[in-house]
Amino acid sequence: MRYLIPLIIFLGLLAFLAIGLGRDPHEVPSPLVNKPAPQFQLAQLHNPDKKFSADQMRGKVWLLNVWASWCVSCREEHPYLLQLSRTRKVPIYGLDWKDQREDGIGWLSELGNPYVLCVSDLDGRVAIDYGVYGAPESYLIDKNGVIRFKQIGPFDADTIEKKLIPLVEKLNQE
Amino acid sequence: MKYLLLGILLALSLSFLTAAQESNDAELDERVRVFSQQLRCLVCQNETLADSQAMLAMDLKQQIREQMKAGKSDKEILAYLTARYGDFVLYRPPMKRQTLLLWFGPFILLALGFCILFRYIKGRRDQIHEEPLSVEDHHRAVELLRSESGKEIA
Repeated sequence: MRYLIPLIIFLGLLAFLAIGLGRDPHEVPSPLVNKPAPQFQLAQLHNPDKKFSADQMRGKVWLLNVWASWCVSCREEHPYLLQLSRTRKVPIYGLDWKDQREDGIGWLSELGNPYVLCVSDLDGRVAIDYGVYGAPESYLIDKNGVIRFKQIGPFDADTIEKKLIPLVEKLNQE
Repeated sequence: MKYLLLGILLALSLSFLTAAQESNDAELDERVRVFSQQLRCLVCQNETLADSQAMLAMDLKQQIREQMKAGKSDKEILAYLTARYGDFVLYRPPMKRQTLLLWFGPFILLALGFCILFRYIKGRRDQIHEEPLSVEDHHRAVELLRSESGKEIA
């Protein structure tokens, strides 16, 4: 009994620490999940004269991916996005975040373009509206324009297959 | 001469104007700095927004500055930030159902500590039996004391 109580306290502490170690402090839960995606209207990356707004995507399930040519993890994510775009399961739209237009275009022509189209967010205002704090980040938006899932950090094959695609299929049926 | 005077007057008034502008800016800078000290930078999480030089932190400070200039209150700006980044940006978490344990947990632990301490002290006190000295023992003690002091003197 004398040793039991400290042991229990110690084990409890150990459990808390173990859970804490397993968590990624950089994954800050977004308050925007299950809220309407913020509206924006931005110039397209390849056709700066043309605008694109989130409104245009009403009635479709789509993925908004925040990337930049200066972003290292985006390079890591890129092959998976290319793969995803080839499956044609969900249209991917890109938001080129605080990037020079030429750099963004150059990056895409070098690595391949998985996006239906990209917009450039030169001053980063739209990214702030979406609560972006580090690229890449992706938002899965449903037919009613509500954010249903946010991916923080790069996608990998596993997350795309086990999380994203099943969710896309579910949202398509809604 | 008239033009010279006019010119001097104009220059003076202009310098007053810019001085007023500058002090206004310094005030605003200070307000942004103090305000952003209570906010967490999301890029380098153990730094305040005020201290952080990260790109996003600079952008957010710029936004805060603009909103302050537009006459928004601190409360409105905090609401703007938490709507986008969640309560995580606040170093002082708001009191909510999810944060009750965070706010009151330490006090519960303190009360628990006092309970344990109280029980421990009480347990020790119960171990001490107060038994009055019997008359025989008293005599023996007096006898012993007497003989001890007698020895010392001798």
